[in-house]
Amino acid sequence: MSVVFKKTSGLTEKETHYCPGCTHGIIHRLVGEVLEELDVLGETIGVAPVGCSVLAYDYFNCDMHEASHGRAPAVATGIKRVHPDKVVFTYQGDGDLASIGTAEIVHVAHRGEKITTIFVNNAIYGMTGGQMAPTTLIGQRATTAPLGRTAEHSGMPLRVSEMLATIDGAAYVERVSVDTPANIRKTKKAIKEAFQCQIDRKGFSIVEVLSTCPTNWGMTPIDSLKWLADNLIPYYPLGNFRRPGEVK
Amino acid sequence: MLNERVICAGFGGQGVMLMGQLISYAGMLEGKEVSWLPSYGPEMRGGTANCSVMISERPIGSPVITDDATVAIVMNLPSLDKFQPDVQAGGKLLINSSLIEKKASRSDIVAYYVPANEIANELGNSRVANMVMLGAFLELTKTVTVESVLKALAKTFGESKGHLMAVNEEALKKGAEAIK
Amino acid sequence: MAKVLMKGNEAIGAAAIRAGCKYFFGYPITPQNELPEYMSKEMPKVGGVFLQAESEVSAINMVYGAAGAGARVMTSSSSPGIALKQEGITYIAGAELPCVIVNIVRGGPGLGGIQPAQSDYNQVTRGGGNGDYKLLVYAPANLQEMVDLMQEAFDAADYYRNPVMMVGDGMIGQMMEPIEFREMPSRFELPGKEWATTGTKGLRKPNIINSLALDPAELERHNIHLQAKYDAMKADEVKYEAYNMENAELVIVAYGTTSRIVRNAIIDLKEQGINVGLIRPITLWPFPEKAFDLVPKDCKGLLSVEMSMGQMVDDVKIASNGRWPVHFYGRAGGMIPTPEGVMEKVKALVGGAK
Repeated sequence: MSVVFKKTSGLTEKETHYCPGCTHGIIHRLVGEVLEELDVLGETIGVAPVGCSVLAYDYFNCDMHEASHGRAPAVATGIKRVHPDKVVFTYQGDGDLASIGTAEIVHVAHRGEKITTIFVNNAIYGMTGGQMAPTTLIGQRATTAPLGRTAEHSGMPLRVSEMLATIDGAAYVERVSVDTPANIRKTKKAIKEAFQCQIDRKGFSIVEVLSTCPTNWGMTPIDSLKWLADNLIPYYPLGNFRRPGEVK
Repeated sequence: MLNERVICAGFGGQGVMLMGQLISYAGMLEGKEVSWLPSYGPEMRGGTANCSVMISERPIGSPVITDDATVAIVMNLPSLDKFQPDVQAGGKLLINSSLIEKKASRSDIVAYYVPANEIANELGNSRVANMVMLGAFLELTKTVTVESVLKALAKTFGESKGHLMAVNEEALKKGAEAIK
Repeated sequence: MAKVLMKGNEAIGAAAIRAGCKYFFGYPITPQNELPEYMSKEMPKVGGVFLQAESEVSAINMVYGAAGAGARVMTSSSSPGIALKQEGITYIAGAELPCVIVNIVRGGPGLGGIQPAQSDYNQVTRGGGNGDYKLLVYAPANLQEMVDLMQEAFDAADYYRNPVMMVGDGMIGQMMEPIEFREMPSRFELPGKEWATTGTKGLRKPNIINSLALDPAELERHNIHLQAKYDAMKADEVKYEAYNMENAELVIVAYGTTSRIVRNAIIDLKEQGINVGLIRPITLWPFPEKAFDLVPKDCKGLLSVEMSMGQMVDDVKIASNGRWPVHFYGRAGGMIPTPEGVMEKVKALVGGAK
């Protein structure tokens, strides 16, 4: 009997706490697979955020450090400066990275810190119960925007990848999605390229992954994937914004 | 008992901080208790720079001089106006008369006038005006010896500025002569 | 080694490097700027790293990362900047990581001023951030003591796996005094850092640096464990100096810069026939409560002298435990007490020379 599929050694045996249908699990698996395939698991230190993935330190099968809200890039900087030869990554949601942690993410890019960030954008605060994020779309309802977000009151949703791509130290910036099998394969490719960029010491690398939140969006998992494709992707276009060696 | 409290004041760039540091350093080399405290904050940029120096036989409590300076060395007019009131009765006021036309207004202190910039220019280096004033101070108070100051200066200058030792030593000498 | 004349902020940096500190993360704020400036110049020479962070918040979180990665690491700031660092400090305490934080205190509240003050007493001794935690807090009175304590600060941080704070003020940071760098043998047998995030190399289970415990029973156990550690610090880490306590009519409690001024006042008072003692806490936490057993029973009272508005009075009252009346004399906002001011207050309390 031949093995046709094996769970990645990049993840621990621990069962995740994520809601049914949440795409965090897929993204965790992709990161784990990439670290395994690059053969760097034993040389990797990950930084978990505050938010839904606050317990990610139990799931990734490598040394992990739990940061405070938004500060994962600063914590990762401290680790990377001590261990410049290790692979260091942060795994952050949109409340963590695009709101309370904007200074940290901008400056980790600004310094060209040789770390990789996996930025999971589902346009809402998940862990705390569906509050509005800077990435929440116009008209999208949230527990702190009960009638839907308006531009007049809260401004237009923040496009993080486009913003970071203007910073010279950001060597690799790509936005991907996990709404279809094809897009999941592209996501894995991007995550691999981002880590390779770090290993090659090109600079800061970030992959923004458009993700779902069936629980707080109030939809079934299937409807969530469709809503992502119909609403998030048009506002947050997929694609590469920056690659090493490119002059923008 | 030796307990000298000296204010050195002038424009930024006149070397008043260095002047104070040299007195402290020399005092340390002579085994005395010393402290040096700079003014810090917005007034450092553009306005007056000053430092407080203490040389004492006993451990120094507060390194701050309020109104009991035994000596004030003022290199420019704003410093004269600011620090003349802080000299204790019977104290000494050393005035750089090259840049300050005004005379000391208090009669309960002793004022000395040294044309420091003119003497420095005669020596061919306008930047040693601070050392001229320091020479005058040392001659007047004997707080520390010229030898100790020269040792301190050699340490401060290091090798890269070693060639400046001679003109600085000459400036100290001319300063001492100026108030004899 | 011969004595050198050095500015306080630079001496702190030199002492930290001598103590094996290899990483420094900071952010500019007066009056401590010479310290990061010194580190930026000197760290590369010893194979270390200086990094100027984008904020105090980021700087302390870089310290959090580096400490978790097993490094000897330090940051410095001044009062409002220390307030910003409190988030990181409580995480570091919760995750039980070692680091040294230097606080060159300036007047407050708010943006306050930039002149010397001691108005961070509560901020540094009461935890400062959220949760039940303590810092080991040293408050040296002169540059020599600051330099001498630096090795111990790093060692104690490693030994207890706890952040240690070194408190100075604008005067300590800015002034120059003669310093001798001496070999200070370590009091501690330091364990290895097997817990650090260094990569598993496939040879061990992942190490996790964390301050989160969602299970209340687990978090309570963690708090009890931390408390035991703080009790050990209380038992073993108290430092103070008692001066002129015999037959003292009044005992002054003062630390740091203020204690220097008080000492001169005590010498002058003695010449005038008034006998005053001094308890000088060298550790602000743990507070030297036992030192108060040295106060003569018939002493007329205790006087807390501070560059703050009585923040230390509570601790002096706790230590006094009702044995003596507790009085206060202080200046604030960057004003520095004078020996004359202290003497006047003492005379008002003891009724002048006998």
